[in-house]
Amino acid sequence: MNVKNRKYVKKITLTSLLVAVTLTATSGCARRGDLTEGEKRFITVKGSDTMVHLVSNWAENFMQKNPDIEVSVTGGGSGTGIAALLNGTTDICAASRKIKNKELMLAIEKNIHPNEIVVAKDGIAVVVNPQNPINDLTLEQLANIFTGKSTRWSDVGGPNEDIMVLSRESSSGTYVFFQEMVLKKQDYMADAMLMPATSTIIQSVSTDRWAIGYVGLGYALAAKDKVKILAVKADENLPATVPSEQTVKSGQYIIARPLYLYLNGQPKGTLKEFIDFCLSDEGQAIVQKTGYVTVK
Amino acid sequence: MKAAWKEKAVKLLLLSTASTTILIVISIFVFLGKEAGPFVFEPGLKELLSTRWVPVSFQKESFGILPLITGSLLVTLFATVLMVPFGIGASVYISELAKPLEREFLKPFIEILAGIPSVVIGFFGLVVLVPLIKACFRLSTGLTALAGAILLALMAIPTVISISEDAIRSVPTSYKEASLALGASKLQTIWKVTVPAALPGIIAAIMLGIGRVIGETMAVMMVTGNAAVITAWPFDSVRTMTATIAAEMGEVAFGSVHYRALFCVGSVLLLATFGLNIVAQKVLKKHRVK
Repeated sequence: MNVKNRKYVKKITLTSLLVAVTLTATSGCARRGDLTEGEKRFITVKGSDTMVHLVSNWAENFMQKNPDIEVSVTGGGSGTGIAALLNGTTDICAASRKIKNKELMLAIEKNIHPNEIVVAKDGIAVVVNPQNPINDLTLEQLANIFTGKSTRWSDVGGPNEDIMVLSRESSSGTYVFFQEMVLKKQDYMADAMLMPATSTIIQSVSTDRWAIGYVGLGYALAAKDKVKILAVKADENLPATVPSEQTVKSGQYIIARPLYLYLNGQPKGTLKEFIDFCLSDEGQAIVQKTGYVTVK
Repeated sequence: MKAAWKEKAVKLLLLSTASTTILIVISIFVFLGKEAGPFVFEPGLKELLSTRWVPVSFQKESFGILPLITGSLLVTLFATVLMVPFGIGASVYISELAKPLEREFLKPFIEILAGIPSVVIGFFGLVVLVPLIKACFRLSTGLTALAGAILLALMAIPTVISISEDAIRSVPTSYKEASLALGASKLQTIWKVTVPAALPGIIAAIMLGIGRVIGETMAVMMVTGNAAVITAWPFDSVRTMTATIAAEMGEVAFGSVHYRALFCVGSVLLLATFGLNIVAQKVLKKHRVK
């Protein structure tokens, strides 16, 4: 889980994305109906943009091991993926959120039984400049900072300096997750600076002494000496937890979300092979390499 | 007979290539209008006049483009202020004062500057310029409108220099000779005769530079901080129209209100550059008659 790896992975993902797109374009759906579930040769995975990197890496490695099976991966968002699963246009849906009750009702109506499999976890680390004396914050303090209720570090027990709030762009799934989980669905403050990429948040936090931002755990760990990762308390009275692979895995660190694969009913045949691969040691090694946290 | 047919064919071919451009421009207008149009009915143009741009929210989304317009204006204004003296000064020096050897040396470097991809300039800005601005002005962060303006000026200066240099060079030598013969010094000749004579070209160069500044995306997105606030203070963070479109278009749901709002932003941007071009041409024409 270092920066070099990430870059390498990105390159691979781009190519695999291209491959995936061509596959979807060329494979079509004519042959899908001819095969029974057990001997499926094409697997389609659709859904979360957060997971596209991860799933295409899985798909690429899986196809290398099983040259006669083709896996095509497309993004579009978790909602799009779940809709596709309900409409029967995808075999597997990748989702960075749980299926909603409304969607579940719709599934039952359509006689589809969404089967939820947790395949990885994604921790979000809150980072500040290494010179910042603050070491931990509560969820409520974080919410106050990002919504603009606390504008100075002294409001949260720090020095009398302005807080500079950094956020991801609104198109990012992390933006929405952080908004839901930490801000309790309130709006971000208007003065928050929206950064186009995780790397710009790291860069800015490492040079701006009173900045605060949030990034994927993999990135935060890779930038270890440039930024300070804050420990987070769920509540004033609870101990602060530093995000790490262990604490995300165990659920102690709360700003984390599971990443799911959904499919219709129990996995069978090639679908089962693919999902088993994702959960295998090799598949989980890919999870780690792409900057997420393993579930096993 | 054969030759005449051939000539006709070539003429037709050339006509079609020439009109393709017009066709493309018109279709871009039509396309933008078509995608942005439904916003007028739902949720209505009034929404665009609000002062908050909050496209993703669990509470209430709001699509006020005023902060984006003021953001673009602020960055453009400061970039122009920086661009004009550097552009004109350099072009005067290169065309009038530089020795041939100096010119041989300066011109390629200016052209190289013009060819640097904006992402690279943006990265340079993020790593070098932003910390520098922060240190110079003792700010809490260097991610400011000023950083964007400086980078944009840097990117537009080569355009301004090469076009105004052409304009200055094309001033007839008889003008300069007449001025010198009347006893004016070299500097007087340059500022009182040559530059005024080349003014329409210089203005066109500046307009083109401004056009590049307004439309530039990547470099500004990386250094201005992108906070959608209305401000006239260059040390604040701003969000430009181009950065908004680039950052949000990728993941917006097709046909949603947010999608339409982004096309509205695009239309405003297009109208701005269109207006700028018209003004530039008017200025050019007016001076030519004189």
